[in-house]
Amino acid sequence: MIEYQNIFTTVQVAAPDYAGVPVENTHDDRTGVLTHSYLMGKLGDAQIGPIYLGPLGVAALFTGTIAFLIIGLNMFASVNWDPIEFVRQLFWLALEPPGPQYGLSFPPLNDGGWWLIAGAFLTLSIMLWWWRTFALANNYGMGNQMAWAFAAAIWLYLVLGFIRPVLMGSWSEAVPFGIFPHLDWTAAFSLRYGNLFYNPFHMWSIFFLYGSAVLFAMHGATILATSRYGADREIDQITDRGTAAERGALFWRWTMGFNASMESIHKWAWWFGVLTCVTGGIGILLTGTVVENWYLWGMKHGLVPTYPMIGEAVVDPLLTEGAQ
Amino acid sequence: MKTLTTKLFATVGLGTALLLGGCEMPPPESTQWGYRGTGMEGLYNPDTLNELDANNIVPEALPAVPAVGPKSKDVYQNVQVLGDLSVGEFTRLMAAITEWVSPEEGCNYCHVAGEGFAADTLYTKKVARVMIQMTQNANENWSQHVGGAGVTCYTCHRGKNVPEYVWNINPGHTVAGGMKNQMQNVSSVAAGLSSLPVDPFTPYLLDARNGRHAGTTALRDEGGVSLKESEWGYSLMMHFSDALGVNCTYCHNSRAFFSWEESSPQRVTAWHGIRMVREMNNDYVDPTTDWLPPHRLGKLGDAQKVNCETCHQGAYKPLLGANMIKDYPNLARLAQPEPEAPAEEASEMPEASDMADMATGGDQ
Repeated sequence: MIEYQNIFTTVQVAAPDYAGVPVENTHDDRTGVLTHSYLMGKLGDAQIGPIYLGPLGVAALFTGTIAFLIIGLNMFASVNWDPIEFVRQLFWLALEPPGPQYGLSFPPLNDGGWWLIAGAFLTLSIMLWWWRTFALANNYGMGNQMAWAFAAAIWLYLVLGFIRPVLMGSWSEAVPFGIFPHLDWTAAFSLRYGNLFYNPFHMWSIFFLYGSAVLFAMHGATILATSRYGADREIDQITDRGTAAERGALFWRWTMGFNASMESIHKWAWWFGVLTCVTGGIGILLTGTVVENWYLWGMKHGLVPTYPMIGEAVVDPLLTEGAQ
Repeated sequence: MKTLTTKLFATVGLGTALLLGGCEMPPPESTQWGYRGTGMEGLYNPDTLNELDANNIVPEALPAVPAVGPKSKDVYQNVQVLGDLSVGEFTRLMAAITEWVSPEEGCNYCHVAGEGFAADTLYTKKVARVMIQMTQNANENWSQHVGGAGVTCYTCHRGKNVPEYVWNINPGHTVAGGMKNQMQNVSSVAAGLSSLPVDPFTPYLLDARNGRHAGTTALRDEGGVSLKESEWGYSLMMHFSDALGVNCTYCHNSRAFFSWEESSPQRVTAWHGIRMVREMNNDYVDPTTDWLPPHRLGKLGDAQKVNCETCHQGAYKPLLGANMIKDYPNLARLAQPEPEAPAEEASEMPEASDMADMATGGDQ
């Protein structure tokens, strides 16, 4: 029988109101409205709320809001407080880091100073939120995998906006806050430092990024395809392997000779996600601080293939014409 | 069920139209100019190619005349640049310039009727003189850019008084009081509507800012250029791409944009082009600023200047490479300086009193 499946759930996870186990080691309780939504039940659990914010969550939201407002108001001011231009140009607008003339000093507010302040508040907010994921997991008696995975992303963020600029001796090396501007920055970064594709850590990062997507799809597909045999109890099946786990495992073993286990696939997924950021961060950190031009570095180490040139050989006109 | 299917098809159809609305109909025409696998190729939409052809039709040349007979400087007054042309050649060139630059206004665009042709009353005539010198200079001294095809007034003017694509120093968009204009991070017309710097012309095509920003060593170079410089050079490159209707790989191998060894010969042509345009803007356009009327000046009071698009107008070669100079050899090289006057004076504008003197003798 042909069965049509889409992204929406076939089973509504609907149950009576449930506020959850008591929170230990805190003075606050969970807050917020507890409600149920059929539409949210099509995507996940039908129950919405309550939430637990706590002092760390409040502080993180507060500092994050300050950063958001500084960035937004600077963008708004950059179009002379014109609301129409603000909406029209929103994707183009940015809060730009200071120019190279300021090095690591604190620049005037209107020439990168606000960028530093916004970055400081954003970093504070992210750190507080990280602490919150760590503390919450402890309170619930969970492992800390979530916090360490988040830390991997924070590592990449800090390399881009703080560690590398400090090592380069200039805030101007950092990323602007803005939709298109940060993309233009990325392209300019690769042009300036001789093509990031020849950066081995960039290669690793892409490997883990694309690998994450493939693993995610393979795992999701395997579990959905075997859920009729109980694969939705996949964690049980780590230790108590049933026919679902057997079928999924056999499918992959017969396809590629090797298969993950119900436990290992989740470790693969975690490490692929984490290593995307860790290796990416190392690649960015080495750019400019150690390696000036990744293409030339690649030439030096036999990484760059040579292709025959078509037509006449091209020579730098500065060498043949003299400086002009 | 039937309604559902209809609705589904309508939604899918509308969604597809919205998603693909900005796309061009495949297949594009492609031209390969590098080794296979390097991606050095050009992609063109056949529809826009027809449009390009239509926009780049060269007007028929006026019948050639012999270079014999009395020279124009001996017959006319106040002929400062084209004095060595025969009267026939001179008149033919004047007719051609009229057709190229002021087909509607005719001679009166530069000359005041009844005042005689010699008078420098109108600024347009003075501009024309400078522009003729600029054209001659481009053809004589910048063959590495204009090649054998050369340029004439038509290359840029195309029947318009002022070429369609010129630029002024960009004062930047309006920012709130106390804000510093970063000259980027708004939709940049010069840089293909990216958020890159809005005025790449002033630093590179007027000032001689160093456009080389990529690292030149494998390992760290303490003297390396700031990353922010790359965005300015990148912005200029977007203009190049737009102005010539080509992509990056027309000049560069995208795996090493900076590397000359990996580049196509067109990049060398462009390199000379940057310097040619810089000279045009500094030596020819800029000096006109003092006497141009206000409506020909930009917001910062500067004259309208040249960039790649002024001549190229979306074509990889202006007028798709048509040889413009063979029919007008008088524009091919700089006029010889007048024997009685040093070269630099010949290009200067005469004083008002001199002009009055010259004007009395002109009856053409």
